[in-house]
Amino acid sequence: MSSPATQKSGLFDCRDAYVKTLEALGAADERIVAVVNDSVGSSKLGGFRDKFPERLINVGIAEQNMVGVGAGLANGGKVAFVSGASCFLTGRSLEQVKADVAYSQANVKLCGISSGVAYGELGPTHHSIEDVAWLRTMGDITVLVPADPWETEQCIRAAAEMDGPVFIRISRMGVPALPRAADASFTIGKAETLRDGRDGAILANGTMVCRALEAAETLAAQGISARVVNMCSMSPIDETAILAAAQTGAIVTVEEHSVRGGLGSAVAEIVSQNAPCRMKILGFAGFQPTGSAEFLMEHSGLTATNIAASLRGLLGR
Amino acid sequence: MPESRPRRGQTLAERAAFVREQARWIRKRALRMVFEARQGHPGGDLSATDVLAALYFDAMRYDPVDPRWAARDRFILSKGHATGALYSTLALAGFFPQEELTTYMQPLSRLNGHPNRNKIPGVETNTGPLGHGMPVAVGIAIAAQIDKADYRTFIITGDGELQEGSNWEAAMTVGHRKLSSLTLIVDRNRLQQGAGTEDTVGLDPLDDKFRAFGWDVVEVDGHDIEALLPLLDGSTPHDRPLCIIANTVKGKGISFMENKANWHHGVPNAEQYEQAMKELDA
Repeated sequence: MSSPATQKSGLFDCRDAYVKTLEALGAADERIVAVVNDSVGSSKLGGFRDKFPERLINVGIAEQNMVGVGAGLANGGKVAFVSGASCFLTGRSLEQVKADVAYSQANVKLCGISSGVAYGELGPTHHSIEDVAWLRTMGDITVLVPADPWETEQCIRAAAEMDGPVFIRISRMGVPALPRAADASFTIGKAETLRDGRDGAILANGTMVCRALEAAETLAAQGISARVVNMCSMSPIDETAILAAAQTGAIVTVEEHSVRGGLGSAVAEIVSQNAPCRMKILGFAGFQPTGSAEFLMEHSGLTATNIAASLRGLLGR
Repeated sequence: MPESRPRRGQTLAERAAFVREQARWIRKRALRMVFEARQGHPGGDLSATDVLAALYFDAMRYDPVDPRWAARDRFILSKGHATGALYSTLALAGFFPQEELTTYMQPLSRLNGHPNRNKIPGVETNTGPLGHGMPVAVGIAIAAQIDKADYRTFIITGDGELQEGSNWEAAMTVGHRKLSSLTLIVDRNRLQQGAGTEDTVGLDPLDDKFRAFGWDVVEVDGHDIEALLPLLDGSTPHDRPLCIIANTVKGKGISFMENKANWHHGVPNAEQYEQAMKELDA
């Protein structure tokens, strides 16, 4: 099986699932509005604008204002989906996210587009590998990192249904549709075990989940039974699933995010205090050099090959 | 039962006299809160009090029994540190018991140094960091525009606070979208924490700045209730969003506090407190 990111077809841009879902929700519920920072194109919200011109609010290149406006719209009874490049949405407006949205418990859905290193060569200013760490510490905001189109749709629907702040981290990189049972369901706060295993566990989210599955496939061929758990819900996080993973004795976490403060840290917080086991945290060590998204992932070992090697390393095999 | 601008049968002088009495009570109560808590921001409480009283006891439509009534007028205190004045006003308006004001900044009190909408009825958004109120007000005004609703949105910002760039992002949106249901009152006391605004980063000509951003601008004595009421009650016609530059005195009403930057977050001793209360009663 070739690396999903290098496949020529069968890959999906999760922004498409996002906007398709938002348009469907918007048709059924007049309260749904979209707020953007001149990012109609990069957020792919042109269709939403054409269908509901009054409900697409473009505040221009002004992210602090954008997030505050979202909170105000929520005050006026709207369900505000605030979309922008994740690096600016979270970084430029972090205090608005904290005070106006999370602390105020405003019914705002922040959609961080092109997260992680999707903007590759544009450099660290445009990478968003700190966003989960920043928002996860606030506690009072739900943080979701969907892995494929189906899960993106579930996240958007779940966010619209709940009353309260949500951050949804959406990539623009092609990902395959993950194999799932027809009756699969999504619940905020619940991890999803995509493959069972007893020798060790790989916990991943977002664009890394498909690579974790590929790694488990490789390991199986080598006689190692690896569990793969999709940790889409970062806050609240599924402690039960993490503790069960710790029972295998070895955990590798993998995320398109800084190794400080993201999935690896969240898992370590729980494991270290309840069921210490061997762990390896895969992610980015800090600001990234020049390169495409795929190059940067390989450069930091965010590949199926290295995920498999990392678990083997923990197992001493 | 919605309280809908109840004092409209009265003359302007009668309305102003009523508001003035509420303002006197708010000033005294705010100062007592600061004195008892041994902390707070009395200078800015006292400069904003008359505008707050004019809003809550004349201009605004709200129901303290149903604080999230969908058709209420909204008020946002962007200078969120003036909670002595804000909490006194909300308690006097009936949003929560006046006795609770004695818990101001005490351990586990919901009356924090900056307002929390999830704990205190009548608070619309959590402020404290400066430059947050106006963007939220813009969102509320856009929601009203979409819904063709007739509620209004009022914001008080400090003047020093206008050094925060987020205000100007919001001000630009207000002008662009012609959000005329929105009224901004700048508490222009000309002092920030440590010095005059014009000695720190000057704001003048502030009226021209807002006009250039697409607003109607009126300058008024922010302690002249009879001048404030017609501007706030919607009876003064204006096509564009309204910015009221309320020229105020930091520490207004207490001789030794007036126009002194060190009373931004100064706390009176017992003797000063007694004198201040006497002056407010006079």
